[in-house]
Amino acid sequence: MRKCNLPSLGSIYFLVVCAVLYLPILLLIIFSFNNATALVFPLKGFTLQWYGTLFENRELLKAVGNSLMIGFGSSLVATIFGTMGAIAIVRFKLPGRNIFLAVAALPLVIPYVILGVSLLILFNEIGIRLSAFAAGLAHVIISIPYAMLVVASRLVGFPDNLEEAAMDLGASYWGALLRVTIPICSPALLAAFLLCFTISFDEYAIASFLVGTDATLPVYLFSQLRFPTRLPMVVALAAILMTVTMAVMLFTEWLRRVVQSPAKKG
Amino acid sequence: MENRSRFASLIGPPSLYLLLIFLLPMGVMFVYSFRAGIAGVAYDTFTLANYQSFLTNSHFHRLLWRSAGISFTISVISSLLAYPLAYYLVFKAGPNRVTLLTLLIIPAWTSYLLRVFAWKLILGSSGLLNSLLLSIGLIEVASPILIYSRGAVIVTLIYVWVPFVALPIFAALERIDKNLLEAAADLGCQPWEAFLRITLPLSFPGILAGLFFALIPTLGEFVTPLLVGGVSGSMYGNLIQDQFMRALNWPMGSVMSLAMLVAVLLLVFILTRLSSLTDLVRFS
Repeated sequence: MRKCNLPSLGSIYFLVVCAVLYLPILLLIIFSFNNATALVFPLKGFTLQWYGTLFENRELLKAVGNSLMIGFGSSLVATIFGTMGAIAIVRFKLPGRNIFLAVAALPLVIPYVILGVSLLILFNEIGIRLSAFAAGLAHVIISIPYAMLVVASRLVGFPDNLEEAAMDLGASYWGALLRVTIPICSPALLAAFLLCFTISFDEYAIASFLVGTDATLPVYLFSQLRFPTRLPMVVALAAILMTVTMAVMLFTEWLRRVVQSPAKKG
Repeated sequence: MENRSRFASLIGPPSLYLLLIFLLPMGVMFVYSFRAGIAGVAYDTFTLANYQSFLTNSHFHRLLWRSAGISFTISVISSLLAYPLAYYLVFKAGPNRVTLLTLLIIPAWTSYLLRVFAWKLILGSSGLLNSLLLSIGLIEVASPILIYSRGAVIVTLIYVWVPFVALPIFAALERIDKNLLEAAADLGCQPWEAFLRITLPLSFPGILAGLFFALIPTLGEFVTPLLVGGVSGSMYGNLIQDQFMRALNWPMGSVMSLAMLVAVLLLVFILTRLSSLTDLVRFS
């Protein structure tokens, strides 16, 4: 009895949870095409006008620009720092390794509100103007642990004697890193970069304290929620963003798989 | 010696960055917590008054306990919901389990702000849930079912955290040696007995990690309460945000932030004592 019942119960439960997880996203996408200002059932007919309004909205385009800029900058820096950190902690078992790892991983658990306000105080104290750039500085901090994790899991997967071989053949240590280690890790580096980019692009809590007048996309979105007439535009934007991030994350996940599968075989 | 200098060159730049943009602000915030104000004479006056008023203000304590209660509720319910998911994936889903796990995680990677926003639209009094119920005739008048309440905050955050809580539980269940269960069955153990005496105890580190996965980040939550919480659903994070953005009492806000920081670090310390940290990062 039990043996027959459990699997079906489990799969039904799994399907229900999945449905609940995807439903809000699906609803946003459906309503982004709905020809009505109010977000209520029943649906009123198909339209693309909300998507059209997005491209006429200068403030929005500026916010997208800010988000792309700090997303790109902070992910680049975080990927570089994360890679350096990952190589250091995977390849060297030296004193200082654990404390570095602990400090670099700490932003994973510290509430973003605390990171945000502490930087607000610091920037105010030393006279750095609040801006998208200031938020970008903070995004590097929250992205480093993710970049480190992705790159480190790749480094663990291949032996360091490849670097040694390159050095035996006359490469300097840094030459071996650049010409052997980095190319082998390149899918992981891309995955790390994309992951960091998604984190920065979506980050609201810290940015809300630091951006000043350069609203990033999440900050702009949040400010628009107060105006009921802007809702359809926000929903259309949300639909685009969710679809794009899901696609990017699927690609990142696939990259990570590709990266890790040879290690599992060997 | 050579290794040492290579190691130093590798961790030097990121360490310097962490020092300046992460540790230094924490230090400056600590100094701020003793200031009497943020301008003029008050700025240069150092005092313990902020700590004193933090310790005596019952409004702060109420919000702190309420936040802790909300976070605790979220993490317990999320773990209860996530456990059967992870169990199903590991023991019943067969070779597809990693793909199915990914399916579960994908929505969690989309914008957190937008998912909370979606729930605001669903739960709102002129929202989707209400209009759906109205249009199919289940209810006669639109009612503010859930929005702007503690319940709305809890429901929304459970939605956000269930997939993440499932990860460490999945990892813990995967590690269980399936021979143990077979041996138990061979020795005449009922399936539920084997579950209670083998699977559940062995997956305990995963459950614990899952609990903390939801508990730690939700403690500092302030965005979700802003969107769906209303007055009764506001949390400690909102109080901190208020001190900085509205009340402009930065020293008081610093004290509150430090109190939360200590609480979170304490939780993390307990977690690392209870289960090894390497287990946690394996699947995240």
